[in-house]
Amino acid sequence: MRLNKIFKNTLLVFIACLVLSACATKKEVAIDKIEGQMQGDVYTGTDTVEYLADGVPDRVFFATNESILTTASRETLRAQAAWLRKNPGINVVLEGHADERGTREYNLALGERRANAAKDYLMTYGISSDRITVLSYGKERPVDSGSNPLAWSKNRRSVTVKAN
Amino acid sequence: MIKKIISILLILIPINAFALIEVDITRGNLNPLPLAVSPLSIDENSRKSFERILKKENIGEEISSIVENNLRISGLFNPLDKKAFLQAPDIANLKPRFEDWNLIKAQALITGKVNFIDDKLRVEFRLWDVLAAKEMMALAFTTVPNNWRRVGHIISDKVYQRLTGEKGYFDTRIIYVSEEGPKTQRIKKLAIMDQDGANNKFLTLGNELVLTPRFNPASQMVTYLSYFKNMPRVYLLDIETGTQEVVGDFPGMTFAPRFSPDGKKIIMSFAKDGKSDIYTMNLENRIVEKITNHPSIDTSPSYSPDGKYITFNSDRSGYQQIYVMKNDGSEVKRISFGNGLYGTPVWSPRGDLIAFTKLHKGKFYIGVMRTDGSGERLLTENYYQEAPSWSPNGRVLIFYRETKTNAKGEGFSAKLWSIDLTGYNERQIKTPTDASDPSWSSLLSN
Repeated sequence: MRLNKIFKNTLLVFIACLVLSACATKKEVAIDKIEGQMQGDVYTGTDTVEYLADGVPDRVFFATNESILTTASRETLRAQAAWLRKNPGINVVLEGHADERGTREYNLALGERRANAAKDYLMTYGISSDRITVLSYGKERPVDSGSNPLAWSKNRRSVTVKAN
Repeated sequence: MIKKIISILLILIPINAFALIEVDITRGNLNPLPLAVSPLSIDENSRKSFERILKKENIGEEISSIVENNLRISGLFNPLDKKAFLQAPDIANLKPRFEDWNLIKAQALITGKVNFIDDKLRVEFRLWDVLAAKEMMALAFTTVPNNWRRVGHIISDKVYQRLTGEKGYFDTRIIYVSEEGPKTQRIKKLAIMDQDGANNKFLTLGNELVLTPRFNPASQMVTYLSYFKNMPRVYLLDIETGTQEVVGDFPGMTFAPRFSPDGKKIIMSFAKDGKSDIYTMNLENRIVEKITNHPSIDTSPSYSPDGKYITFNSDRSGYQQIYVMKNDGSEVKRISFGNGLYGTPVWSPRGDLIAFTKLHKGKFYIGVMRTDGSGERLLTENYYQEAPSWSPNGRVLIFYRETKTNAKGEGFSAKLWSIDLTGYNERQIKTPTDASDPSWSSLLSN
């Protein structure tokens, strides 16, 4: 279904370019860039990601209004859990965030729920809740100030930050 | 506190007139009443005294222009141009020549005078019905000179009430969050100002993030959310003394605070393990009660003016919707059923309506519905706006609106706006910085 749509879009671009006989490569690159950074509306790019250690990304991303962990998020959190097990002296703060397209108070609760989804997953991989603090910022601390779906997808996140 | 310091003496001069002009408040500015605000007259000695104390050349004119501005922004009145006035202020106050005022199409006339007596400001004003050639109201105030702006607001309230039959909302203040800096690192401070934007003052320094301040309807206390020491908690602030205290002892984030109508309780959300429930804390005996108990997000609670019901938003249906329940948490009923998401319900001080924010197809709306969810009416649509707060008479809503940034993420702004229930009279309230999360106080003088 989805592939079909992409195929159709590409075909349209192709036809348009035949008509206009210019600009084909430029347009396709732009589409690929957005397609490559989002799946559904979950951010899958690496622009904003920092690393707690080699191969241990610091953040996971969420769909609009959701706090469900994607396959990629679970992989990231398993890497974080492994790193935390190797470094028993390190405690972390899970900072939950929302995008700007929601009311302030609801977003505070949503940020808390997202950070807790990450916390629960770390705990199932053996990290004690004593080592984890949850802190919601709601929509108060976006990483991308853009007003577009890609920016919002980067902002819907839970970031694991070293507390000590 | 303000009440204490200011203590305005109200002396009623008895009159026997009956209302001849009536302003229909529900029709907004479709047909604003033309009226003349004659400058308050002042004798030369008084003028000089006030000029020395207040650094205002003519305090009579200053007070009149406050009245004029208030009446204009209400959308119900059309103050006429002073240049067209034929009668001098002092004579008009003694006995208006009604045919002169009729000629410029004024239906009502406000006159008055200002005196400096025993280091005090004494203001007398009269409201006249031009067509009926009658005095409708006459009042006098005595207060300390520094209160001159409030005198203007009180006159506005009296005129509004006499002509519309409803209490005014001009002698009030707005507490809000002042915002500065880039969108990714906003500096936020609590700020307070008069309803018309004058006397702006910052209450916090911006060292920590602060959000959602709300007035106590019964006093000048404020409750708000502060990230002091990176622990988001609900605080109580006494504007008079500046003392602050954290509300309750919760092992996690408390947020979305509001006072009960009698000012004795704070209602708020407490978030734990991904769930947010609604709690109250009695400020006298510190007893905490859990009001909702549901795995969903329950937040943005607001009491009905009689304190018997609570409206809040919850995503228990899967999406954010508005609910009403009894004040003990029983009989929870969903009331929003339109298309889209609904949040930030706020019960009108009149009790008849609930204001809300709605998100539908990428647009944000401020609207009102009856307390059973019927009669939904959207007042304004924009890219982003939320958090309505009612004027104390339940006729005007103040909220904040944010702009869309451009492709580079530039051009962000947040401003305060007001709109009346007719949906016609929408205005920006000017603030020295960007602004959000406004909360309207009760009338300061009652």
